[in-house]
Amino acid sequence: MRFVLRRLGFYLVAFWVSVTLNFLLPRFMPGDPVSRMLSQSQGRMTPEQIDQMRVLFGLDQRPIWQQYISYWQSIFTGDMGVSISRFPTPVTEVIASQIGWTILLGATALLIAVVIGNLLGILAAWRRGGALDSVLPPVLVFIGSFPYFWLAMGALYLFGVTLGWFPLRHAFSAGLTPSWSPEFIGDVAAHLFLPAATIVLVSIGGWMLGMRNTMIATNSEDYIVMAEAKGLRPSRVMLRYAARNATLPAVTSFGMAIGFVVGGALLTEVVFAYPGVGYQLLGAVSALDYPLMQGIFLTITAAVLMANFLVDIVYVRLDPRVRVS
Amino acid sequence: MSATDPAEVPLLVSTDHQQDPTLPTEASALDLRPGRRPRQGLGHSLVANRKALTGMIILALFVVVALLAPLLAPGNPSLITSLGAQAPSAEHLLGTTPKGQDVLALTMWGARSSLLVGFVVGLAATAIGLLVGLSSAYFGGRADNVMSLLTNVFLLIPGLPLLVILAAFLPTGMVTVILVLTFTGWAGSARVLRSQALSIRGKDFVSAAIVTGERPAWIMFREILPNMASIVMITLIGSVIFGIGAQAGLEFLGLGDVSVVSWGTNLYWASNDGALMSGTWWAFVPSGAAIALVAFALALINYGVDEVTNPRLRSTRRKNARRREALASATHTEVTR
Repeated sequence: MRFVLRRLGFYLVAFWVSVTLNFLLPRFMPGDPVSRMLSQSQGRMTPEQIDQMRVLFGLDQRPIWQQYISYWQSIFTGDMGVSISRFPTPVTEVIASQIGWTILLGATALLIAVVIGNLLGILAAWRRGGALDSVLPPVLVFIGSFPYFWLAMGALYLFGVTLGWFPLRHAFSAGLTPSWSPEFIGDVAAHLFLPAATIVLVSIGGWMLGMRNTMIATNSEDYIVMAEAKGLRPSRVMLRYAARNATLPAVTSFGMAIGFVVGGALLTEVVFAYPGVGYQLLGAVSALDYPLMQGIFLTITAAVLMANFLVDIVYVRLDPRVRVS
Repeated sequence: MSATDPAEVPLLVSTDHQQDPTLPTEASALDLRPGRRPRQGLGHSLVANRKALTGMIILALFVVVALLAPLLAPGNPSLITSLGAQAPSAEHLLGTTPKGQDVLALTMWGARSSLLVGFVVGLAATAIGLLVGLSSAYFGGRADNVMSLLTNVFLLIPGLPLLVILAAFLPTGMVTVILVLTFTGWAGSARVLRSQALSIRGKDFVSAAIVTGERPAWIMFREILPNMASIVMITLIGSVIFGIGAQAGLEFLGLGDVSVVSWGTNLYWASNDGALMSGTWWAFVPSGAAIALVAFALALINYGVDEVTNPRLRSTRRKNARRREALASATHTEVTR
């Protein structure tokens, strides 16, 4: 319990840092792009909306600590201003309509990469020097060297444009209305396949090598020799004795990987015009839509922090040593 | 660094049985005392290591091309020299972009900015990480708590979204890209280097230096640092890979200076000019392949360093390793498994 509370405190600090960064950026950056943005769109906004923008971006002349307090008030009431590029939709609504696609893409890719990568790592370490161990790691490291978005471009070109096996853009075909019908789910899966596959391909190597290296260390433990001496089936020794203990570091890196996958998903979304927050973030950047940019950053950060907190709770279940101390 | 003499390796292995494989150099404290010779040894064993050698050759090739770009492809590479979207031919070896620029020239000139930014970011991030990691491990206590907290927070905040909003607020340019990437990239190195420095901090020779009354800076940089040279190198190479990849990502999103020729901006223009949909694959393949090759070369060097300094990870199939393993089997059952 103390461990969980300490981690919670840590995540609160992390959240505080990212909110403060968000607060400071528009106030201390040279060039003042925000006031230019505001003066361009002033004609379309209501006075209340303009006031809220002033609070968010520090264009009022109040002392900085007062600005900071009202900024936090805005965060807690969920008022992140209105989007400039999608005027007059509030930022929170724009994000809410898109975060689901990002979570779908990121979670699918992460889970597949973790499961397959760790299984391959277990097998490679178990048959040290075998075909799997000598061929796959270099190949996967090479694939992992490609930038996410470039592999995505290649896959889109090859399987989308040239071969026409997969749809080129968006998360579902135009004309379909979102529902739980098999037709719609199949359509979403077809659109999901290429973006998710590129993320999986790039990230799988890291999981495999990490697992392989931990497994190699675990394999030399005395209890493995003991288990073999007892005459247990090799598969049981491999999975229940060696792999189980080697999984712990992988759980820790799972938390870290969430952030990376979100980043990779952002770029992949841009290539496939997948309607998640990453694609929206790029749109916000090119339209100089600062409220939307900041809102997306805070939302992603909060989501990553929460996911990490969940991983920590799982970790307590897995590792009894944390519970005792 | 640890392998000054091949026969020494198995002995080392038997001394660091308990060691975490991700922190390969704890044993280095044991064999580094005779002075500077071991560092030469690292160079030698890296050249002997096939992976590291391959990586160094590929990397050297790219550096040479980057340096000689003005000779190999004279003139401004972004000039429009022919019809747009020409397939590779004798005149344009890699074809032309939809605009009509020579792709080969763009790729060669792009190496300059990409490698420069990658290496500057790598060096800066590692330097900051080293400073934070070393002082955090050396001073301990409250300083360590604060710095570790800061490091972990930066590790946790998702990097790419942070990069994007930083780059969106700052004026565009190469300096901004370098600053932003360093700002988001130092934390990873700091964490690795701190944990390594912490294990060396506990060794007797550091306590001896403290008792002798050496200054903290001397102990950190002359006593602790030389003993973690290989992990510093691994971190540095990792940071360079991060720098090159992240720069490409930022510029692909159009957040760098799009008038500078680099691999990232090449991909940005390829995507903006619709190279994908019009089927001009040669406009986006070379720059991405170049990024991948450089990253792969650096990763190979990294695995080489890791294998040289951590004998456990050495693959069992290498011919020249057989002799050492015969020796090792007596003390270390794992290697022969």
